[in-house]
Amino acid sequence: MAKYFTRLGDGEGVWMSKEEIREDVMAGINDAVTKGKTPNLTDDDIEKLIEILTMPEKNVSVERGNEGIMTFDAGTLKLPVRAGIPMDRMTALMTHERVLCSDTMEMCNVDYSYKALKNIVSEEAMAMELAQKNCILPIFYGAMPNVGQYTKPDGPLDNWTELLPKGKVKEAMAAQEEAVELASKDMIFVGTHLAEAGACGIQFDTCGASGDADILAALIAAKELSSKFPNLSIEMGMANEYHLGMHGKLQFEGQRLAGQFPAAQVKSVEAAGAHIYGCVVNTKSSKSFPWNLARSIAFVKSAVAVADIPVVVNAGMGVGGIPLSNTAPTDATTRASKALIEIGKADGL
Amino acid sequence: MHEMASGMGGIRTAGDLVARMVMKGMKLNVAKKYVADKLGCTVFDLSDSAAMKEIRESLDIGTVLVRNGASMGMDAKVKIADILDIKIPSVEGQKIR
Repeated sequence: MAKYFTRLGDGEGVWMSKEEIREDVMAGINDAVTKGKTPNLTDDDIEKLIEILTMPEKNVSVERGNEGIMTFDAGTLKLPVRAGIPMDRMTALMTHERVLCSDTMEMCNVDYSYKALKNIVSEEAMAMELAQKNCILPIFYGAMPNVGQYTKPDGPLDNWTELLPKGKVKEAMAAQEEAVELASKDMIFVGTHLAEAGACGIQFDTCGASGDADILAALIAAKELSSKFPNLSIEMGMANEYHLGMHGKLQFEGQRLAGQFPAAQVKSVEAAGAHIYGCVVNTKSSKSFPWNLARSIAFVKSAVAVADIPVVVNAGMGVGGIPLSNTAPTDATTRASKALIEIGKADGL
Repeated sequence: MHEMASGMGGIRTAGDLVARMVMKGMKLNVAKKYVADKLGCTVFDLSDSAAMKEIRESLDIGTVLVRNGASMGMDAKVKIADILDIKIPSVEGQKIR
């Protein structure tokens, strides 16, 4: 029986038969359907996915005309910091514009949390002004809500992850409610400065990383900024395919945030006046790439089906079906790229 | 890697222009049609680097290669805002100054 080269969820190469791939694809979809209540993928979707997964080419691409737009989180962290290339952020932005030919780019700081940026917002705004003078491509400014940073010893609040195991539920809930207020204020403050400096957009990245308080803070900030700056684009990237209910009762515009899957997440993002929803489906490293990609597509397609705004998919290391490896294998990355857009019907990545 | 596998091609094509419309909340296919209509080309042309090089040069909205006397950075964006009939925050800021 013919074997096809594919990957495990941690990036390790593995040879599987078409039937084994099909079994994993079906199991991945089933996980999204049963746990996330997504609609099933169609037979055509499944056959197309198996075709992409078993293509003999090392790297693949979308068919002509199916291209989507590319956005970035941690944009200017990738070349100057993670890859260690001695270049400043302006050079990184122009490298993306003129060498990599990215459709958009994100300027950000090494300390990728809005709370930390408050202290250096004037310098960040100046950097944005300079970037806007020199670049043609749209530039976002981005960071994470990171409400966990408002807890002791980094912040003023008691830590709810310490309070909850002690049974101090009310105190944990109150601390998170205070964190929402502090974090949304900081995001509005930083976002306002960057918008006034000419940023094309503000990105709230990894929203919900600290649970439902984290996403609520970002939604409040997005709502304020989108009404204050009508020409400013707001992109909201999630942390997970499922908002953790660290508080459990927090609501935005009448909708409970804990437990939201992508099809509900995108509606909350729309309600905040944001323009782009960034769908995140985390990779399970103990499952295969076919399992993870199939599961991701099911979640993405469920969000696209109900979305009135564009849906872009986070497709880096450990999300969007891509193996959890710092150096994502290009065979997996390009297959995920093609499948998320052509089957998931995403507007971009 | 995604740029090559599924990206529109940035300023090599019309990727930045389509992205500007998507950033306003337009779904991808609507954004492509909008940009193609404004440029007077087909949707297919938008991701063809040869076709878009000619269009971008003729409209002076910036290309990958720098050319003598051609617009770059803010100068190109002033024209992009005009062609797409949109407000670009940094261009609006420039007008106020």
